[in-house]
This record gives sequence, structure tokens and C-alpha cells, in this order.
Amino acid sequence: MQFDIESAPAQEALGARLARVCRAPGVIYLRGDLGTGKTTLVRGFLRALGYSGAVKSPTYTLLEPYSVGALRCYHLDLYRLADPEELEYLGLRDLLDDHALILVEWPERGSGGLPPADLEVNLSYAGLGRQVRMVARSATGRELMRRMENA
Amino acid sequence: MRVLGIETSCDETGVAVYDHRQGLLAHTLYSQIGVHAEFGGVVPELASRDHVRKTVPLVAETLERAGLQGRDIDGVAYTAGPGLVGALLVGAAIGRSLAWGWGVPAVPVHHMEGHLLAPMLEEPRPGFPFVALLVSGGHTQLVEVQSVGRYRMLGDSLDDAAGEAFDKTAKLLGLPYPGGPELARLAEKGRPDRFRFPRPMTDRPGLDFSFSGLKTFALHTLQRELADAEIPTQEREQIKADIAYAFEQAVVETLVIKCRRALDETGSRTLVLAGGVSANRRLRERMREAIAGEAGEVFYPRPEYCTDNGAMIAFAGAQRLLGGQQEPLRFAVDPRWRLVDLPAIDRRR
Repeated sequence: MQFDIESAPAQEALGARLARVCRAPGVIYLRGDLGTGKTTLVRGFLRALGYSGAVKSPTYTLLEPYSVGALRCYHLDLYRLADPEELEYLGLRDLLDDHALILVEWPERGSGGLPPADLEVNLSYAGLGRQVRMVARSATGRELMRRMENA
Repeated sequence: MRVLGIETSCDETGVAVYDHRQGLLAHTLYSQIGVHAEFGGVVPELASRDHVRKTVPLVAETLERAGLQGRDIDGVAYTAGPGLVGALLVGAAIGRSLAWGWGVPAVPVHHMEGHLLAPMLEEPRPGFPFVALLVSGGHTQLVEVQSVGRYRMLGDSLDDAAGEAFDKTAKLLGLPYPGGPELARLAEKGRPDRFRFPRPMTDRPGLDFSFSGLKTFALHTLQRELADAEIPTQEREQIKADIAYAFEQAVVETLVIKCRRALDETGSRTLVLAGGVSANRRLRERMREAIAGEAGEVFYPRPEYCTDNGAMIAFAGAQRLLGGQQEPLRFAVDPRWRLVDLPAIDRRR
């Protein structure tokens, strides 16, 4: 599925639309250059799940955990990772046992150490706007895309 | 009281010994040690955040530099949050165990409290109460510091920290990541008034920060100005410098506006700048012009106390141990520990 996004609020709205059809557990990769709106999309995603606090960029902390009711969600940003081996220091293996939603920015920096994606979200510049392309990578991801189309 | 401090909350492994009468006795970061090859021979290239292999040798090195042995230490302080859980657990486990082995008390320290109190490692010390602007790659916070453990969050970053916005904008301008300091150098060559960037969230009340939009503004300005492929290389470089100038000015002015507002709101006259970005020359100049000019005072700790380090943890731990706080024979870390949840320390017991 492909979306043309004109503004940051529209990017958040797309994140919210995705969140409403998402079921835990699941793994979403977000690929795109600096400033293409990855964290903005995740902000909309978390807000739609009911999280009301600030959704900060996890570039420095690498990992921001969120709890909304019984649901656990992890927002990772692997930009500063020099080696996938460093995922071990984030306690990644513990997160995977958590029946959680995991959203990963810059997944290519963690390749080999990350769980496979159910869904890939590719973001790119399109003039002053952004283009977002979603690709299912598993049965769970295909089911998610189906619900997204019908939503 | 002599306190060993251990910091392992994120990227840096830092260890220090602070004596409440003699001051700081030794203070080392693993990244500095690696450069000087003081581990005796070959220094293995250890991954960032590999605190497991770095911490114990660094404790030994720090004690040696201070001319001390384990039995000379009266207490151990370790960072227990906020930070990465795996990283925090290493420092906490080693710190708590050393204290047990040496038969001395241990105390968990909040990483941000370390930063807030770090200016007190310097002479002259700022007096309580003061307002602290903590501005780094990971944080942009305004905090009212009434005394040790009495903190009021005045403002916080809603998206990208100021230092992160610097680093990412630098990358967009073609500088290496993290390139905040390089961006500041490029800005020196920029022409004033060529571009004007917004001052995010200054047009409404409140002390929160949002710098993510500046990064996007820089990107769109760059795309627009460099769209014409005919522009000669020299002119392109000048445009980048102009953008760097306007970006830096926007961040600095936003921080100045919010700091003045925070001083007004709290009635405090003392501002303390901490965190890696506080080393920025233009920020220091503008803060001094804007605040020191009105009979207020601005304090800046030296850069080595601004970035993550063990000295601030040893110092904050000493204040807490002297105040009678200590951890029983157990330890816990909290990756999302809130600053306002800390117990206050009253030294006049």
C-alpha cells in the first residue's frame, strides 16, 4: 500500500490508522532517511493506542518502552548502533518474550540480531511531502494490510 | 567520606572517587583510557555499551590514579536510572557487590541528579536554589533545583533533544554523524540574516521544547536553495554555512528565551548550564548577554563534567550517603526513573 503524505499531522494520522488495525505481538520495520517522518508516524501510532505522554525520539536512548493498559510497545532506533552485537546490551531478547508490538527505526543496523518483520514501512521524500509504502513480510503482516484496506 | 561512583547508563563507562573534604580524587572514562593504552599492552576494541568488560578494569585504574585501595573507600554510588536496562544492571551489580565486599554502604543515584549537581564540583559553587538547563544529545530539560533531592521539572523536550537536532541537521548538511560541534564550526562562516528559522514553541506560554521541526525546516531550506544544479560548489558550501548559522541561532535563541522565562517563573537569579551542548560557544555568549546582564548569574561546569561521567555520580552519591541514605543488600534499576520521585536529603540532621 502506498500513501502520499503532505504534512506531519497527516503522517501522525497514518500512524494512528496503522495502530488501529495492529494486534500484538508484531514487528514493524521503519526504513527511511533522516527527517522522513519515522518518529512522527510512531507518535501517531502510540497516541492512537491511548498513550498520552511525549513520544520522544529514541535516537539517543536507542529504546523507549511504552505501556498502554495491558499492551506493551517498544520503539527502537538503531541509528547509533555500530554493530548488531550491541543489541544484546539493550536486553532485546527479553523484549521478544513480552507479547509486545515492536517498532524499529534503522533496522538495517541491527540485521542478524533482530526478529523478522511482519510489516515494512518505507518512507521517502516527495517534494515538501513524504511518500510512505507499506509491504507485508509475513502472514501476520498480510492480515494487517487486509484490515488496513478495509478500515 | 570517600565515595566511588560508577556510571554505565548509556554509552560511556565512567568511574570516579570523590572525597567530601578533598574534592575529586580521580575521574576516568573508558573512552579516554582506551586512547592512552593504559591497560598494559594491547587494548581490545570493545563495543560501545560493553560495560561488562570495561567497568572492573576502570575501577582498578581509577583507584590506582587516586593512590587508593578498596579499603580506603567509604561508600559506593552507581547510576540506577534512567537509561538502558542492560547497561544500568552492569553498573548496579558491580557497584553493589564491591560495596558488600568492602563492607561499606551503597547508594543508587539518578543519572539526571548527577548532571544537575555536577556544577557543584566546581568553585565557585552555585548556591541553592537555582534553575538548571540540561541540554545534550539525549535531553533538553529545565529543572528548578531547590536542594539535593528537591527538584521541579519546569520543561522537557517533546521530540528531539537539542543536541540530537544539531547532530541530525549536521548530517543533512553532509557532515559526519554526530556532527553537532562541526555544525557549530560551519556556522562561524555563515552570513547572518540570510535565512531565518522559527523559534519553536516560544510564541505560547510554557517551558517545553520541540526541535524536531527545525531539522525538517533545515532539510526543506537546503532542498530549495540547492535545487538548481548550476550553483557552483563554493556557493553551495556558503549556503550550507548560512543554513548552519540560522539553525544554530534558532536553537540558541529558543533556549535563551525559555531560560529567561524559567528564571522569571521561579524568581531565581542563578542559571546553571549542563550537558554536552552547553559547550556551544554561541549559547554561552548569548546566555551571558541575556541573563548575566540583569544581575543574574550563569554557571557552566567544565565540559568533562557536562557529558556523562563517574564524577557526578560519586558527588551525588556522597550527598545522599552523608544525608543518611543507603541501599540494603539488594539492588534494582529503573530505566524510566522519574527525577521528581527522588527522596529529598536534609543534611542538617
